[in-house]
Amino acid sequence: MDLSTILSRVQFAFTVGYHYIFPQITMGLAFLIVLLKTLYLIKKDERYNISARFWAKIFATSFVLGVVTGIPMEFQFGTNWARFSAYAGDIIAQTLAMEGAFAFFLESAFLGVFLFGEKVFGQRVHWLAAVMVWLGTWASGAFIVASNAWMQHPVGYTIAGNRLHISNYWEVLLNPWIFPQYLHTMSGAVITGAFIMAGLGAYYLLARSHVDYGRIFVTLGVIVGLIASVIQLYPSGDLEGQQVAKYQPAKLAAFEGLFHTEQGAGIVILGQPNTATGQLDNPLIVPKVLSFLTYRRWEAVVKGLDAFPPNQRPDSIELLYYSYHIMVGLGTFFIPIMGVACLLWLWKRRLFTTRWMLWILMLATPFPIIANTAGWFTTELGRQPWIIYGLLPTAQGSSANLSAGNVLFTLLGFAGMYLLLGLLYVVLSVTEALKGPESGEGEEAEGAEEGGLPGLATGTVAEG
Amino acid sequence: MATLWFILVAFMLTMYVLLDGFDLGAGIIHLIAARTDQERRLILRAIGPVWDGNEVWIIAAGGTLFFTFPVLYASSFSGFYLPLCIVLWLLMWRGVSIELRSRVPSPVWASFWDGMFFIGSTLLAIFYGAALANVIRGVPLDEHGVFFEPLWTDFNPFSKTPGILDWYTILIGLMAASTLTMHGAAYIARKTDGVLNARARRILRISWPITILLTVVSTIATFAVQPQIYASFNARPWGAIFPLVAFVGLLGVGHFAFRNRDLAAFFSSCAFIAGMLASSAFGLYPDVLPAVNPAHSLTIDNASGSPYGLTVGLVWWLIGILLAVIYFVFTYRLFWGKVTAKGEYGGY
Repeated sequence: MDLSTILSRVQFAFTVGYHYIFPQITMGLAFLIVLLKTLYLIKKDERYNISARFWAKIFATSFVLGVVTGIPMEFQFGTNWARFSAYAGDIIAQTLAMEGAFAFFLESAFLGVFLFGEKVFGQRVHWLAAVMVWLGTWASGAFIVASNAWMQHPVGYTIAGNRLHISNYWEVLLNPWIFPQYLHTMSGAVITGAFIMAGLGAYYLLARSHVDYGRIFVTLGVIVGLIASVIQLYPSGDLEGQQVAKYQPAKLAAFEGLFHTEQGAGIVILGQPNTATGQLDNPLIVPKVLSFLTYRRWEAVVKGLDAFPPNQRPDSIELLYYSYHIMVGLGTFFIPIMGVACLLWLWKRRLFTTRWMLWILMLATPFPIIANTAGWFTTELGRQPWIIYGLLPTAQGSSANLSAGNVLFTLLGFAGMYLLLGLLYVVLSVTEALKGPESGEGEEAEGAEEGGLPGLATGTVAEG
Repeated sequence: MATLWFILVAFMLTMYVLLDGFDLGAGIIHLIAARTDQERRLILRAIGPVWDGNEVWIIAAGGTLFFTFPVLYASSFSGFYLPLCIVLWLLMWRGVSIELRSRVPSPVWASFWDGMFFIGSTLLAIFYGAALANVIRGVPLDEHGVFFEPLWTDFNPFSKTPGILDWYTILIGLMAASTLTMHGAAYIARKTDGVLNARARRILRISWPITILLTVVSTIATFAVQPQIYASFNARPWGAIFPLVAFVGLLGVGHFAFRNRDLAAFFSSCAFIAGMLASSAFGLYPDVLPAVNPAHSLTIDNASGSPYGLTVGLVWWLIGILLAVIYFVFTYRLFWGKVTAKGEYGGY
């Protein structure tokens, strides 16, 4: 693989990995905001509405970052992966273009209504706008997952010379790979949103500020967080594992650091893969579990990396192995964290005063983002050496006309810009979070008396 | 079918230029038209609820171009690698500057983002014009339909190895900037009153003759650089309707600008832009990307997707665009009228 292609891979991995921090937050929060808004309409408790408005501010900042870092993604297929685009554009771009037509227009229109139209349109339309924004973000996720699923498991195509043609639209849209991957991705996003909400609520309770809201956030966060964390493991994670075992056995072997084919293969808890010697250093292995999880039989044979010729194996086994173990390891911790928190909540609401649990919730906030990022590294590195599994090697998908110098130029440009964007996002979000849900609400009441809305004169600012 | 998609993609790109064009224009005139913090917030409020949706048109157009003309998408995006990445950076910075400007109550912070908003908008307008000019002039495609253009070479549009920037593409870039200044000024005049409205009208009246001058020069230069355009109009004379629409639109801008009819001036400006873009597309057809060596040009036939893909795409595309138009009518009706300091809706 030439340097230009390697740099293009690094640039795509960096820009998409960075981008994905924001959609997982917005997809998760959009769902939670709908819940808050619904609770408000049912319970008529103004605090739920104030909470929804507060999270809408955090949502909006994340949404902007998601939009601006998302623009380069679609274009990079053409700029850096021209041979792939010309080869498969007839199919892969159907789902990508559908995202624009069905998700982006919906999101952008109703986000405007959601952020600017509460007073003008009243509560029911505002609730509807929240639901539409949520559906828009999740539809967006569906089209992206459908595109990725096709690269993992191409269906509905015919080979026409040196290009692929779509032969069955519904086969592409109903690719069996989509459902488990979509469920897994969306519940991952909900986990991120729930941990952020619970984490901020825990901070409010620990700091003894905005206590009412701290309780709402923690309650909603831990209940939703527990449900989503369980779904993440079973059925969605399990279904994905089965699918990988069936269609991409080399990927599975690399996940597990399984260098040699084994009967009754064990599952690796810890250890460092050593590709030079073809073994795992410092292993901690639970025997036979991998065979059972994969084939539901303790003595089943699991193919190791040695069952595949070197050019059919993923090319970054170490990183793939660690990505997979970080994802699974963190995901496994999420269930007991949220489970214990839920039990404390059920036990006469002791969660609100149990400081060690609140500390754990607060400190756990960033880990779902790490787990989700590791998850995408897992699926994408595991697809290597293919850009379209079994059809087109990654080395033959890049733009042949780009020099390494040009790609490095833009990679550095993206790195510098994203560093600045990241700093801005953290500063603004943390400032907003520390101000708390009630900030701006008093001014709102004032503005309402004048017949206007918050904003301008008082210096509080809505966003859209 | 490929011809229909050529028209539809051109339509989407035109929609993008018409809609995001006034956002860009607002950014170009931002520093001159609005002096105080409050005036600048008003300009941002005039585009605030809609700019994000406007920008979706280029994403949607990009996606549609990708599946309808995959070969063109691959060839042009990789060939225009550097300017495209720079455009992406500008789009990102500009979007962030709109959203973040009023987030920190500090005049220094606000001024910084005002500057970024101006620079981003202006450079984007110039780059868009230069991009269109590159497509019209032609690019050094090889026999595999691949090329790579550096940012500049010898600034000569007749060169065998042209760069992104030469005197012709820069000329078209300046014309685009002037046109969008006019377009944005008309929009801001329509959306504001008082001193902002007066300044926007003045900018509109000044940018109008400059745009006329640049349009005349650009048109002459275009016929010199790309004779194919003249041949297209000669072969299909009914296409003269497009430049005619542009001509009437441009006259209309001046006519209404001096009668203080802001909305009519804005729609005239829309007609001018749409007419110019349609003329360019009509002149290029059936090429989608002309080559320096005409034998290597990408056309609607050798760059398009499969007939089945184009057909199923049309079904969902029509549904999607119908929905999008409904959202847009809804949103623009909701935020119709002028923005004032005591606005009817929040934000900025």
